Amino acid sequence: MSGPNTEYDPVEVTPLHAVEVERSRDEALDAFTKAADLAALQEAKVAHLGEKSPIALANREIGALPPQARKEAGQRIGSARKAINEAFAGRLTVLEAEHEERMLATERVDVTLPWHTPQLGARHPLSLISEQVADVFTALGWDVAEGPEIEAEWLNFDALNFQPDHPARQMQDTFFVEPAGSGKVLRTHTSPVQARSMLTRKPPIYVICPGRVFRTDELDATHTPVFYQVEGLVVDEGITLAHLKGTLDHFVVSMFGEGLEARLRPNFFPFTEPSAEVDLKCFVCRGESVGNPDRPCRTCGSEGWIEWGGCGVVNPRVLRACGIDTDRYSGFAFGMGLERTLMFRNGVEDMRDMVEGDVRFSRQFGMEI
Amino acid sequence: MRVPLSWLREYVELPAGVTGRDVAAKLIRAGLEVETVEESGLTGPLVVGKVLTYENEPQKNGKTIRWCSLDIGKEEPQWVVCGAHNFEVGDLVVVVLPGAVLPGGFAISARKTYGHVSNGMICSSVELGLGDDGSDGIVVLEAGEGTPGDDAIELLSLSDDVLDIAVTPDRGYCLSIRGVAREAATAYGVALKDAADLPLTGSAADGYPVRVDDAAACSVFVTRTVTGIDAKALSPRWMQKRLQAAGMRPISIGVDITNYVMLELGQPIHGYDKARLSGDIVVRRAEAGEKLVTLDDQTRELDAEDLLITDDSGPIGIAGVMGGASTEISETTTDVVIEAAHFDPIVIARASRRHKLSSEASRRFEREVDPQLPRYAAQRVADLLAEHAGGTVLPDETVIDTHPAPAPVVIRGDHAARVSGAPIAVEDAIAHLEAVGCTLGAPATGATAAPLAVGVHSSSLNFLPAGITDPENAGCERFEGDDLWAVTPPSWRPDLRDPNDFAEEVIRLFGFDNVPSVLPKAPGGQGLTVSQQRRRRVATALVGAGLSEVVSYPFTGAADFDALGLPADDVRRTTVKLVNPLSDEEPSMQTTLLATLLRTAERNVGRGATDLAIFQTGLVFLPKADATPAPLPAVESRPSDAEVQSLYDALPAQPLHVGVVLTGALAPAGWWGKSRPVSWADAVQIARLITAAVGVEPTVRNTELAPWHPGRCAEFSVDGKVVGHAGELHPKVCQAFGLPTRSSAVELDLDALIAAGPESITAAPFSSYPVAKEDVALIVAEDVAAAAVEAALVEGAGELLESVRLFDLYTGEQIGAGKKSLAFALRFRAADRTLKENEVSEARQAAVQVAVERFGAVQRVG
Ligand SMILES: [Zn+2]
Repeated sequence: MSGPNTEYDPVEVTPLHAVEVERSRDEALDAFTKAADLAALQEAKVAHLGEKSPIALANREIGALPPQARKEAGQRIGSARKAINEAFAGRLTVLEAEHEERMLATERVDVTLPWHTPQLGARHPLSLISEQVADVFTALGWDVAEGPEIEAEWLNFDALNFQPDHPARQMQDTFFVEPAGSGKVLRTHTSPVQARSMLTRKPPIYVICPGRVFRTDELDATHTPVFYQVEGLVVDEGITLAHLKGTLDHFVVSMFGEGLEARLRPNFFPFTEPSAEVDLKCFVCRGESVGNPDRPCRTCGSEGWIEWGGCGVVNPRVLRACGIDTDRYSGFAFGMGLERTLMFRNGVEDMRDMVEGDVRFSRQFGMEI
Repeated sequence: MRVPLSWLREYVELPAGVTGRDVAAKLIRAGLEVETVEESGLTGPLVVGKVLTYENEPQKNGKTIRWCSLDIGKEEPQWVVCGAHNFEVGDLVVVVLPGAVLPGGFAISARKTYGHVSNGMICSSVELGLGDDGSDGIVVLEAGEGTPGDDAIELLSLSDDVLDIAVTPDRGYCLSIRGVAREAATAYGVALKDAADLPLTGSAADGYPVRVDDAAACSVFVTRTVTGIDAKALSPRWMQKRLQAAGMRPISIGVDITNYVMLELGQPIHGYDKARLSGDIVVRRAEAGEKLVTLDDQTRELDAEDLLITDDSGPIGIAGVMGGASTEISETTTDVVIEAAHFDPIVIARASRRHKLSSEASRRFEREVDPQLPRYAAQRVADLLAEHAGGTVLPDETVIDTHPAPAPVVIRGDHAARVSGAPIAVEDAIAHLEAVGCTLGAPATGATAAPLAVGVHSSSLNFLPAGITDPENAGCERFEGDDLWAVTPPSWRPDLRDPNDFAEEVIRLFGFDNVPSVLPKAPGGQGLTVSQQRRRRVATALVGAGLSEVVSYPFTGAADFDALGLPADDVRRTTVKLVNPLSDEEPSMQTTLLATLLRTAERNVGRGATDLAIFQTGLVFLPKADATPAPLPAVESRPSDAEVQSLYDALPAQPLHVGVVLTGALAPAGWWGKSRPVSWADAVQIARLITAAVGVEPTVRNTELAPWHPGRCAEFSVDGKVVGHAGELHPKVCQAFGLPTRSSAVELDLDALIAAGPESITAAPFSSYPVAKEDVALIVAEDVAAAAVEAALVEGAGELLESVRLFDLYTGEQIGAGKKSLAFALRFRAADRTLKENEVSEARQAAVQVAVERFGAVQRVG
């Protein structure tokens, strides 16, 4: 290492003069401050921090200084360069923020505009309500049972205690499958699924059977030859009408809300004995429209109750035909029309809307009912 | 069954002031289906008037009106205008006065008409709500039927409410006033007067000679004879009124009385003109070729199964259905033979169906009539004929009765409690059964409870009704230490056969509302089946893709198949047909969902929804070549497993399909640019979406199948089995269904897809080493499937290949006619290391090599 050059006079090296360095620094700071955008700032950066900037040139002169002067000059240049760098960074942050803000502002769009990817489609409400019913009962531990739509006459009628010449069988308005006497029909109700369940399962049996059924009705505002039912069947030890009521009450609450209940009215069905119609406490007026002309209820016709379906204790003759030990087991069954349920639950006024396949009917429901 | 309240009151002491609605509510709770209650809607003043004078006054409009003065029991006569002419001075008529309201809300006031002020009017039968009496004019009362000023509402029972009851098949007895009265009496807890409880005056001998050849079909046959009637006599007004209210038209005294008694007692009656009978009446089955002209003037070919009433002349009636014209009572009849019989319900039901003839009589016989009624019903008819037609009732009476007495059924006293789960005290059960008409007694020594009493022997009965602490000894105060009872149903309740039938009677009278509500505990299920879950996923995926679910009827026919362009020998033209289809044009059950779904699409497009994306799931019905009839095993026990299997086997295959139809544009033109029309590729992509939703990787290839475009139909298969098709519809099909061109469709066998889905999916580890990307463009012949080239690349690339994706397709001069260039992006990655450059290029080259060998592919460079 050589000794310091004591003869050196720093004043003779102009760029390293303190005044010069400060001036270069101030010019740089001033240029950055005046730079109006990122491009100007970039230019200023080249001018004041680039290889040919005064501060860079001054830095190169340090080597020529005598050793004793280098330190001071180095510190001077270093502190000036630090100040310039900081000023640049500060200005850069400001200008970048301004730039981004300006650019985002120019990219503003109208988010209410439509777009060309497909909207969510829709389920048919009959499917949705079938699934909802299935979910209510699977939550109770029941299974969802199914069967074919072309069904053996025996399963549709005989097994269910519809005797061949009984008026009840004629009342079902059956579609028969060719040739006459084929023993096959379009099922008139979902009850053959109950028969199938009993023929193939061992008690305890807890099944819910949603499905499409057929009667030879003409289509009008309240009838359709093709419609959907849901039926429930329980076969277990010690099953009573009370269990049927308990199940229906639970069903009503699940589908229509707390505080509602089912009501049974005696009726006749061949496959149940005793048999009853199921009424549902009106979920709109909760019975308050009855005898109250000031508050009429369209949903229940101010009756307070809505006719919903049929039910009963499974006729032991049905159990016997399906191989269930009637000494040990008893059962109950119930069934409802899903179109009718939608009509009063969702205010569908015309049956035809539900069955004609007009996509607008499904679309108004989307995926909810 | 239409039940006028006044008629009901004759046999039930209903509380004063109860209305038709009150009674209906009570009957509904007791299990009768009261469909409507007709309230007369009539308010007075309505009085009897006597015609004092009238002037005929011809009018400009061609009518002649009468300007009448009437005595209505006041000092001054009442002056009214009347348009009818069927009355004379001195006749008694019904006059409605200003302030009254006639049925239908027709308010009466004094009004100016035809130049007079008419202070009310003279009423016709229709205006009084009595129905058409056939008089073509106003009601003229019989002399002495009333006096001027009498309240006509009371006189004619005009403010009568009428209940219309839909009688269920088990309650045949409620097709009578007698039966409904019993229910009403029980419902109100008031005394019942049995309408059939009347003195018999017959001798049970020497009646008109009758022979019954088929006692099983006709177990009771009773005749009475009434001589010297005036067949032209008018039926009494109250009887006409009641017949009308019950929905029957008054015809003649003879017919009206038999109808009246049928409505009152429920026993159908037939009356013969004795002079027109020849020889013995014989009840027998028909012989081949026999014919009968029935009362409705139809000539009916008789079937060997028909049960006939005959005399020496041949058939004179189809038993229980309709009488013959040759022996009917006419205006000249003087002597009448009354027939009241009991016929087997099934025999009558079949005859009624066979002849498409449902009469008031057959409706009752089908539901079985009280076999003890015939003598009483014949007596009642005879009595009424004597009273109102001036006849003489002979004591001579034919009584043939081979009907077995009802057998007692042995049941437990607490059976109803056990069926209902309700605390029905045994004493109450007894009372309810007796109210129904049952008689109870001790069973024979050693008797056991009848079968079909569900669950009564269950040792694990887990729910004992409150209040019955000791079911073994319930009811013992009546039958010492024995809780089994022999219960005999009343003659009018042939439907009461099984223990549960009696339980129902007890429970409905106990009140269904009083049965507790107990939610049973299921043993725990397994939730939805895999198939049920997968169906939901498919539907959800399709909805997510923008499709909307629709429903269609499954009925189809040749026109649909023609529109689909199915060849004459297409298997889908072989269908399951219906004997009685809704429309003769659509006798078949669908073999393809598209047959009906395209009609649904057509309807939607016709209603303006030209950009349509719809789907449907539904069964298709595929007939079996060797279809056999489904058996009808006996129901007294479970069919054998073989029989059950043959039931199932006889049915056609009914797989669940999913169908999709896309029309118009997937996206309309908009601010983003042009519309995006539906194409074959959208259909194929949706089919892939469906298979993906159930976890199945299908094989896809070009095929030709109606109704698709021959060059734009993708066949989907899984494990070598074809599961469906997707693509653009044939232009002719679009035209036939009125759909936009390029409409596309999918039909897949959803059951087959679901069955092919994975049992479960095992997670595979994935590499965290870097990916190496390589592109390759291959020139192949135009008819080489992209999927096949891709498969070749996959095969050749080996294990290092992570994925391959076709990203460009080019045809044009640069590569020559009949060729196409397919560009694929390949991604390579190893599980355990970063791949070296030479490893990647080797794998790429190996991939290309297979394509070269298999398809003569040429690598496109640059
Ligand atoms: Zn309501």
